[in-house]
Amino acid sequence: MKVATQTFKFYSLVLMLFVSAFAMAENTTDPVENSGGQVDTKDKVDAYILHHIQDSHDFSLFSYTSDEGERKHFGFPLPIILWTSNGLTTFMSSEFHHNDDGHVVVEKNGLKFAKIHSKIYELDGAAASVAFDETHHATNAHKVLDLSITKSVVGVLIIGLLMLFWFTGLARQYKKRQVPTGFGRVLEPLVLYVRDEISRPNIGEKHYRKFTGYLLTVFFFIWFLNLAGLTPLGFNVTGQVAVTACLAIFTLIIYTVSGNKDYWMHMLWMPGVPVLIRPVLAIIELAGAFIIKPFSLLVRLFANISAGHIVVMSLIAIMFTLKESLGVVGATGLSLVLSFFITLIEVLVAFLQAYIFTMLSALFIGMAVAEHDHDHAHDEQGHEVSDAEDVRGDFI
Amino acid sequence: MDKLLNDFSPGLFVVQTILLLLLILLMVKFAWKPIMSSLTEREEGIQGALDAAEKAKLEMQNLQADNANLLKEARAERESMLKEARDLKNKMIEDAKTEAQTQANNMIAQAQAAIESEKKSAMAELKSHVAGLSIEIAEKVVRQELSNKDKQLELVASMLNDAKLN
Repeated sequence: MKVATQTFKFYSLVLMLFVSAFAMAENTTDPVENSGGQVDTKDKVDAYILHHIQDSHDFSLFSYTSDEGERKHFGFPLPIILWTSNGLTTFMSSEFHHNDDGHVVVEKNGLKFAKIHSKIYELDGAAASVAFDETHHATNAHKVLDLSITKSVVGVLIIGLLMLFWFTGLARQYKKRQVPTGFGRVLEPLVLYVRDEISRPNIGEKHYRKFTGYLLTVFFFIWFLNLAGLTPLGFNVTGQVAVTACLAIFTLIIYTVSGNKDYWMHMLWMPGVPVLIRPVLAIIELAGAFIIKPFSLLVRLFANISAGHIVVMSLIAIMFTLKESLGVVGATGLSLVLSFFITLIEVLVAFLQAYIFTMLSALFIGMAVAEHDHDHAHDEQGHEVSDAEDVRGDFI
Repeated sequence: MDKLLNDFSPGLFVVQTILLLLLILLMVKFAWKPIMSSLTEREEGIQGALDAAEKAKLEMQNLQADNANLLKEARAERESMLKEARDLKNKMIEDAKTEAQTQANNMIAQAQAAIESEKKSAMAELKSHVAGLSIEIAEKVVRQELSNKDKQLELVASMLNDAKLN
């Protein structure tokens, strides 16, 4: 065991050295006009924040402008994989030279590409450069299906591998001992928490085992990615609509597929209400199940995490924007205190959002697999007596 | 909403779907299943141990109750044995006493009977002796007095006086 730990430490060290060497090697220099230069005015701060909360094709660690007026970037490029009109095209993101407004055109596979606001466009026909209309929309280029390994994908991969490493390690520990040691001792209560406080009470004793694996995966995936978003690496994976939409659609598919007869009956032909109202209720129920529930899941997570990032970065930006009125020390101090407290709150939000997403997924699955006891749940008039779970469901 | 749709990246969605699906499958197979089964096993083990302890406690209580009963029974038995012995002793003493009494009574009765018969025989002997004596006296008197009438009467009188005295 000790030898294994030593080996692991050694490999981590090698990996870190490799990464830093890689990062140093990617110390590229570009003309200042390419990348906006220093971020020191309100407009530039706004643009910077909006740029950050979007996905990025480079993994940039930091950048600065040297005394010679050159912009230096530290980070490493990521592969760009595009499904274009000529088929699959791949190249490294460094070919765009950190340009994000469409001025650098990359020619690959007989096609020309430009990157505008973190989206990659394929230029139409023989156009040599991107033409913009007055609202800064490209007129002679169209978007392509972008399967690149973006910064978010890197985040997903890193967190996925960490989860596999940590939890398979925990699983291995149980073969040797009853109570795990080390990091496993931290993970075990969390696993038990998700199982006993989220999965079991919401889905019910009979069915919860089948769905606990999904709920555990989603909980730790969201939580770890939320926390990764608070590190200076600046991932914003759970603030990407595509990611949260994917998670919400997984939940939608699971509760739609596992819904039992009662669930569909209550959705399509609600018992216990006048027949004329039933089709109206069916429309509302269908909209609730297929649009409102997944939409609430995806928007809540996306909005909370994005808002958190925007607030933290805006508070950091107080340092520049209030420099004139408060002085350097005042602005820096204010920014430090406020962003410190907001970051603390964000740590709580990171857990809370993971908990809410998992909790609601469990609740929706629980509603789909719940077995209604009809003799019990209806009074003499045939109206359904709402129990605590229904009330909770309506409330959410 | 327009911004939301514009931010949505279909490529990222596809990649994320593939990766999430892969992650769920791998995690379920290599992490959650073994972890869950181990946890369930452990919980069942703990529950089993608790139940066994409870059972052992009950058994212990039963055993203690049994022991107390046994002790009580033994005490009662000892008590009854002692009582029996005491009774036996008393009875033996009583019996011995009664037997001694009857034997003594018998002996006394025999002695009395013997005394009675001895007395009777002694009386008879005395009577016969007295009778012989009387006859002897009478013989002598008769011999002497047949000669003297007065003397005869005098003798009879004196003899009658003697007889009264007797």
